[in-house]
Amino acid sequence: MDFNLSEDHQMLADSLRRYLTDNYDIETRNAQVYAEPWHSPETWAGLAEIGIVGAFISEEQGGFGGSAEDVSVIFEEIGRGLCAEPLLGALMGVRLLAGLGRDDLVEAMVAGTARTALAVYEPNVACDLSHLEAKARQDGDDWRLSGRKSAIYGAPGADHLLVAARTEVGIGLFLVNSPELISATMVDGGGVSDLVMDELKAECLSSDCRSELEDALDMGRIALCAEAVGAMAHLIDLTQDYLGQRQQFGRPIASFQALQHRLVDMLVELEQCRSITIAAVAGFGAKDQARNVSMAKNLIGRMGRKISEEAVQMHGGIGMTWEYPGAHYAKRLVMIDHQLGDHNDHVLRLIELGDASQGEAA
Amino acid sequence: MDLEFTSEERAFREEVRAFLKDNLPEELSEKVAAGKELSKEDLLRWQAILHERGWLAATWPEEYGGPGWSAVERHIFAEECALHSAPRLVPFGLNMLGPVLLKFGTEEQRREILPRILDGSDWWCQGYSEPGAGSDLASLKTRAVRDGDHYVVNGQKTWTTLGQHANKIFCLVRTSTEGKPQEGISFLLVDLDTPGVEMRPIRLIEGGHEVNEVFFTDARVPAANLVGEENQGWTIAKYLLTHERTNIAGTGFSIKDMERFHRLAGQITRDSRKIADNPIYAARAAEIEIELEALRITNLRMLANAKGGAAGGIESSMLKLKGTQVRQAIQDLYRSALGPQAAPMADELSENELTVPVEAARAAPAYFNNRKLSIFGGSNEIQRNIVAKELYRR
Repeated sequence: MDFNLSEDHQMLADSLRRYLTDNYDIETRNAQVYAEPWHSPETWAGLAEIGIVGAFISEEQGGFGGSAEDVSVIFEEIGRGLCAEPLLGALMGVRLLAGLGRDDLVEAMVAGTARTALAVYEPNVACDLSHLEAKARQDGDDWRLSGRKSAIYGAPGADHLLVAARTEVGIGLFLVNSPELISATMVDGGGVSDLVMDELKAECLSSDCRSELEDALDMGRIALCAEAVGAMAHLIDLTQDYLGQRQQFGRPIASFQALQHRLVDMLVELEQCRSITIAAVAGFGAKDQARNVSMAKNLIGRMGRKISEEAVQMHGGIGMTWEYPGAHYAKRLVMIDHQLGDHNDHVLRLIELGDASQGEAA
Repeated sequence: MDLEFTSEERAFREEVRAFLKDNLPEELSEKVAAGKELSKEDLLRWQAILHERGWLAATWPEEYGGPGWSAVERHIFAEECALHSAPRLVPFGLNMLGPVLLKFGTEEQRREILPRILDGSDWWCQGYSEPGAGSDLASLKTRAVRDGDHYVVNGQKTWTTLGQHANKIFCLVRTSTEGKPQEGISFLLVDLDTPGVEMRPIRLIEGGHEVNEVFFTDARVPAANLVGEENQGWTIAKYLLTHERTNIAGTGFSIKDMERFHRLAGQITRDSRKIADNPIYAARAAEIEIELEALRITNLRMLANAKGGAAGGIESSMLKLKGTQVRQAIQDLYRSALGPQAAPMADELSENELTVPVEAARAAPAYFNNRKLSIFGGSNEIQRNIVAKELYRR
């Protein structure tokens, strides 16, 4: 057993943390993410320069990473720094494109000159691809898409949209360039879009790539779990500091047992969330991938909400203000549960996967 | 990052498994699996089997009859024992007094006492808690007054687990009322045959007899039975509380209990549907299992840390907190899954009268009994205090 980061991963984490500390304080962040274009092209270029997108795929695919551990190391820092740049769509997109052999787009993404978002879910679909309704039909050399995609994170301003739709042979993936989107600001920052498709012209990347899609989504879920762990750790630090500074009745409120105990419970849950994320990372690509990922996404969803509610409560009125950095972490933690299937969706997925009994203990 | 055990550790697990398969008597594991009470003979029988293999005193150095295991090996051993429904090892001599003597005792005390723990000649129990001093041990009142070569002990101890089987007790006693309350405490070994010592049973919430109270009335105890220096008892007590506890999360028990729940859920039908097919139970079970899986890994992370010498007391506090929460959640799930059939006090029914599997019959008593998990060994509130104190230590 060895739970330490490798030297390379530690360096990757350090350089990303340094970049965010130097360039992405909370005021800068908030100025960028709550208004159009909901992110900063400069920050995006900066992240690309450190090689973040390249770390999402392997050397053979044109990157220099690609393991679940690479992804989790990056997203933990993204969470700690509350970075709202649209990295999740890039992560899933670059992996899909690399797997489907679109080296031209992959190269542009790694260089930071192109950006993708992944349009999978629909208003009536939360987690399970079996329920997708959007349809694709072949029309000569082109394909036409019909249906509606919703909650496409990071879609505003994306150069390419990867759209999943039902074909005659399975679930295919289609490329739409510069689509017309209905976009909005998310409560936790960043932009989100809906796409209404009525015979929308698209390029077919694959007419059946369901398993590749499931893999990309699972990797996205691991990224969200790691992001949550980073955000939780920071929010708990903020809470611990606040309890130590804030005076009431002539002493720091950290001296009150009622608050100490709640803080300790938050810490215990953070360790648990870190552990279950490690399990998902270690299990990616293995037999129990779906199971491990859903376990992690469920626990992260439940505990993200708990930790964010506790942090706001223990900060009192301050925790309710826009000015307070922790408030934005709290929002992000709750909203992570809404992305790529929430804790209820994932507990159902686990039950459907069957054999819910504990795997062997070793 | 590597979650795998080393090949040596995996081989060790296989060795433990093979040993348990060949040497754990079926009568004993069946009793444990069914949640039945084990007799003193049962417990000593298992202890003798382990002693013969040299595996009884997991934490002791080889020189004194321990197996010389690493923290990871101790963890693997404890987990496998739980998974195979081996009888519990009563910890008072093996994991409490033993380590205390190894650190604070005289060589003479070690040579005399440790072998008698191993071969079962002595059954030790613990005299820490008092009616007015549970987690707050500093306020304990049982007095030991020096009189020549003896201490004269007066007072009362309580929550003495399995004291009914014991012939010896180690106690924290007050030897001084000067200075801070924790400064006048000593660690004293008492023979339960000593005139003036009396043990009385306490009946517990579910009806069982597991704990006792012990009364001392002018009991004369040889001064040579003092461990460490007079008034050093607080240091010893603290050492015991932070002494490395590789099994404190109890993941083996929880994994086993969860297995039992799944077996039950596949057998019992309510409203013409198996419990296993009831979405509410399925979801509750899955969410508890997720926390258990996270705990299993948290435990391994902390073990890996301990190996590198970075262990702290707060890690065992955190493991105790979450470990007991998970175990209690499983007990609660198991009990509630039985519905109205959980109600009988199982000991009053003969096995052929039961309408549920025998192993399920003790679900409600076990649930009530296990409310103790978050109370004993330093209540969970005390564990939170320990962690919080560390967080704000400057």
